[in-house]
Amino acid sequence: MNSIPIEYYLILSAFMFTVGVTGVLIRRNAIVIFMCVELMLNSANLTMVAFSSYLGQSAGQIFVFFVMTVAAAEAAVGLAIIIAIFRNKLTVNIDEINIFKW
Amino acid sequence: MPINSSEYLQILPFLILGLGIVISTLFEMYYKNSENFLPWFSAILFLVTGAIALTGLHDQTVLFGGMLAAGGKSAIFHFIFNLGAAIVVMSSVNYLNKYGANFGEYYILLQSSVLGMMMMSAARDIFMIFMGLELMSICFYVLAGINRKKASANEASMKYFLLGAFATGFIVYGIALIYGSAQTTSIDAIVNNFSALTDNVIFIVGFAILLIGFSFKIAAFPFHMWVPDVYQGSATTVTGLMSTTGKAAAFSVLIAIMTAIFSENIPNTFVDYFAALATLSMLFGSIVAIAQDNLKRMLAYSSISHAGYMLIGLSAGNESSVAGIIFYLAAYAFMNLGAFAVISVIEGENDSNTELNAYAGLNSKSPVMAFFMALFMFALAGIPPMAGFFGKYYVFIAAIEADLTWLAVVGVFSSAISVYFYLRVVVYMYFKESEYDFIIQKNNSGMFAVMVSGLLVLVFGILPDTLLTQILSVINY
Repeated sequence: MNSIPIEYYLILSAFMFTVGVTGVLIRRNAIVIFMCVELMLNSANLTMVAFSSYLGQSAGQIFVFFVMTVAAAEAAVGLAIIIAIFRNKLTVNIDEINIFKW
Repeated sequence: MPINSSEYLQILPFLILGLGIVISTLFEMYYKNSENFLPWFSAILFLVTGAIALTGLHDQTVLFGGMLAAGGKSAIFHFIFNLGAAIVVMSSVNYLNKYGANFGEYYILLQSSVLGMMMMSAARDIFMIFMGLELMSICFYVLAGINRKKASANEASMKYFLLGAFATGFIVYGIALIYGSAQTTSIDAIVNNFSALTDNVIFIVGFAILLIGFSFKIAAFPFHMWVPDVYQGSATTVTGLMSTTGKAAAFSVLIAIMTAIFSENIPNTFVDYFAALATLSMLFGSIVAIAQDNLKRMLAYSSISHAGYMLIGLSAGNESSVAGIIFYLAAYAFMNLGAFAVISVIEGENDSNTELNAYAGLNSKSPVMAFFMALFMFALAGIPPMAGFFGKYYVFIAAIEADLTWLAVVGVFSSAISVYFYLRVVVYMYFKESEYDFIIQKNNSGMFAVMVSGLLVLVFGILPDTLLTQILSVINY
């Protein structure tokens, strides 16, 4: 059943997390940045599921449902905010959204 | 684990606020003009919730299989959150009308965000902390951009959302690693096993990532880049809420985790991290605030330096320092809320009159507002007998007790710098000629909010012992 060692999952999720962080820092489109944040959340989900299976506890899998719900709520709010800003500025490039200096 | 029905009585503040949110939502759905009724309903709801939370002060228990704590520190935090939110509601009504954004949803979001903060400060399980944090943060993202037709509000809301979600990503990943290495999410169980866990690399990485995530939320120096823009662009009353109760909620989590660690007599291994963050935040906030002409932006930098003073308490890590932080958070909440309430009264349409030169000669336009603004500025600068002085005093004394005298010296030095930009506002109001004329709209509820905050700042300042003895009596180490 548990033939794939836990380390493989941890390395994969750490890699996903790094990709997410890097994406947030270097990409300039608000929607792509948001997708990178989702990648970070999902790397945490993968870690929790992997640990949950490794430790034989169900808690980790239940947490994943909470995280997914929160991520969905965040997506609803976040996309609404991005639409609001697109109506005003006709762009979602964060370099052009610069009333305040970053 | 069986759940005892009497446990529901002990979470009465949560139930009342939750019921209030449901009632407000239904009311908002089915009645037009709900925005005329909801402010009063929310203000009363917050006051009732805060008062009930305070009655359970000395009744400390852990409920629901170690998920929530009732009474004690969390009761004090619940009181601060609810009273602060009530003040925000009072100052919101006329402010939102100026921008045509007085929606009923605004008050529902305020109530939900306060419920999230209450969950954060009562949580005894890192997953409860995460749920509360997200409930608070998601409401704040919307509230920040409540003036949705204004480009600067949209921009502030988006920056807050992107960086807040980024911080959330760190916190969730940290929680996942802590869960995996400690095999539990209960704070008490983690702390009981803490010395063994510090040999575990995964646990150390997870804990460090969690701390970084919370450093974002409290707006400490290297993680502060969102603060000035978000505080300047958001609706002024919302900025008041985010900078005081939002910061207090994030600190309540750090306090809950750290006091548990200190109480196990584990050497404070985080002293270097917190001390470095505290030093950088204090100096950076105080020095950059000098160059700001916009009052909201100035208070944003001052909020960074206040986070630094509170972090001194966490690096000291003893009983009196924790009491000092809680006192400081209470004092800071009301003096900063008061200052933002004054700004929201003075502010005209389209962000006008938030610059420093609008405050020139304010004494001749509105002596009451000028008096209270001066009071809040003295309090923020830490001049006795205002509440801000005793907040700083308790934290610095605790640092000296913990052999961190150098940190207290840096703190005093930074306060001395900060006196310059706080008192500059007072000088503008009283000793300068008015540069241009504008009409301050009549705003009775805003005036009331300012007066209540001013009164609380004076009471905490003149009688600091009343609050401090209560705090010390419930910090059971």
